[in-house]
Amino acid sequence: MNGPARRHALAVSLLARAGLWRDADARARRLAHGRTEDAVDATRMVEDYRLLAHDLARVRALLPETRTREYLEGAYARAHATLHHGAWHAGHALVVLLRDELPEVVRWLRPYILWSTAIFALAVGGGYALVTRYPELIALFASPDLIASVERGQLWTEGLLNVVPSPVLSAQLLANNIAVSLFAYCAGFLFGLGTLYIIGLNGLMLGAVFAFVGQHGLRNQLFSFMVAHGCVELSVMCLSGAAGAAVGEALIRPGAAGRIESFRNAALRSGKLVIACALLLVGAGLIEGYVSPNPRFALGTRLSIGIAYWLLMVALLTGRVLPRRAA
Amino acid sequence: MSSGLSVDSVTGIDVSLPLAGPGARAFAFLVDWHIRVILALAWFVVAALVYNGRLSLAPPPGNDARWFGAVLAPALAIYLLYHFVVELAMHGCTPGKRTAGVRIVTRQGGAPSAGALLARNAFRVLDSLPLFYGVGLIAVIMTREHVRIGDMAAGTLLVYEDAAAPAPAALAVANSAAALDAVGAEVVAELLERWPTLTPQSRERLARQALARYGAAGTPGAGEAALHAQLEHLARSRGPLQ
Repeated sequence: MNGPARRHALAVSLLARAGLWRDADARARRLAHGRTEDAVDATRMVEDYRLLAHDLARVRALLPETRTREYLEGAYARAHATLHHGAWHAGHALVVLLRDELPEVVRWLRPYILWSTAIFALAVGGGYALVTRYPELIALFASPDLIASVERGQLWTEGLLNVVPSPVLSAQLLANNIAVSLFAYCAGFLFGLGTLYIIGLNGLMLGAVFAFVGQHGLRNQLFSFMVAHGCVELSVMCLSGAAGAAVGEALIRPGAAGRIESFRNAALRSGKLVIACALLLVGAGLIEGYVSPNPRFALGTRLSIGIAYWLLMVALLTGRVLPRRAA
Repeated sequence: MSSGLSVDSVTGIDVSLPLAGPGARAFAFLVDWHIRVILALAWFVVAALVYNGRLSLAPPPGNDARWFGAVLAPALAIYLLYHFVVELAMHGCTPGKRTAGVRIVTRQGGAPSAGALLARNAFRVLDSLPLFYGVGLIAVIMTREHVRIGDMAAGTLLVYEDAAAPAPAALAVANSAAALDAVGAEVVAELLERWPTLTPQSRERLARQALARYGAAGTPGAGEAALHAQLEHLARSRGPLQ
């Protein structure tokens, strides 16, 4: 048999296996979409993968510019994706996140958390000092309504529940806080500058508002309003900032892995902390909607709630909520 | 298809992933955007009608918690969480991506994890800036692998899902018709398969071209039916190569 005839014979014998390819592809699709839990199917998938790889290699050589090759490339990629699709169960993933991953991420981010907290505290101090020295600068940090309300000797939070019911208030606040937290994390992409801006601005605003209400004798009322939800809310701000700072540093000092690879590792790793932050902000939002504006809660109760929730946050982040079993 | 990525495999045969470009991405996004807007609106309209008990979509006066919880919040949740929830449920796909023939994969060619999908969607806040996904679109155009910032963070790619599958007839024809090479067998089989969907002029032109190319020039003046028969004859006339 001459060369072309041999190639043709090989191609025909290859194409005779089309039925096997179709079966393999159908099996890959079934398994990928979870439509079968048949163990035999799963075992066959491994054989299918080898068969598709083998035939694809031959088709690439014998029939390079054909739709048969395109089909086999697609079927092989699908089989590859199906075999490399890790098992995922929401409950188990949550347990692993809380028990193993979060404490590990927090340990890794510890220096970033310290820096982020220090920057936030400095910004609070800066805002406080600025407005104490130049009271008119409050217009840069607070809305005219807020300023007018405080100048009347009344916190803007008073009577809030008469205007907005608790569920609506909670939902609005937690959505806003989660958005800010997400933005602090994502803005790390701007080499950490975006995160620095968000942390700094929020700190400046907090300090400025505290100084302003202090000038009108309302500092204790504001503290009383904030303490129940604020302990966790402000901590989460610093934690999100730490996650964003880690992303930023990965871009500034990528190390041996390369900039994009380093960014990816940092984003995926620190993203786990942002998930925890979002969950914590749901709780903080509920407290801010139901407890903080409600005058029936005494300062002692608010303090207890704030400290207890903060301790729960610390326990969650250090793996004490779901401790590892001893081996 | 713009470009591709090769992924190593344990079999030694690399997996070829054809990368989707800005066009396919934008198309998928637009389809998904319409779906989520329609779903969110549908929820809002139905829930508002049920809540009001009459033909009115007007919210109650003041801030009504039940209205917010039953009508507004679920509609917002559908709109904001659509991508993450659907991508998780459909293993890196959405109806829009399926329509555009693309899906999300990891850089190893596998289905993305929940964490990767979450990171990918979290970075939408950055990609969507300042308007209409401006940052994301620029990133997709500028990067070699056509990825937005969310993809860079999550380590994901958008690849074409379904390369054109060969018609089963093409394989049968190639198997039996030794006179046709594999490409010819595909062409003839595809033409026969698409025959009913073509216009009479296209049928005649393509049939004559195929017959001329594979050594069986169509009879001058032959009608559609005759050309079709000639094509079928070409496909089946020879036995398998021994």
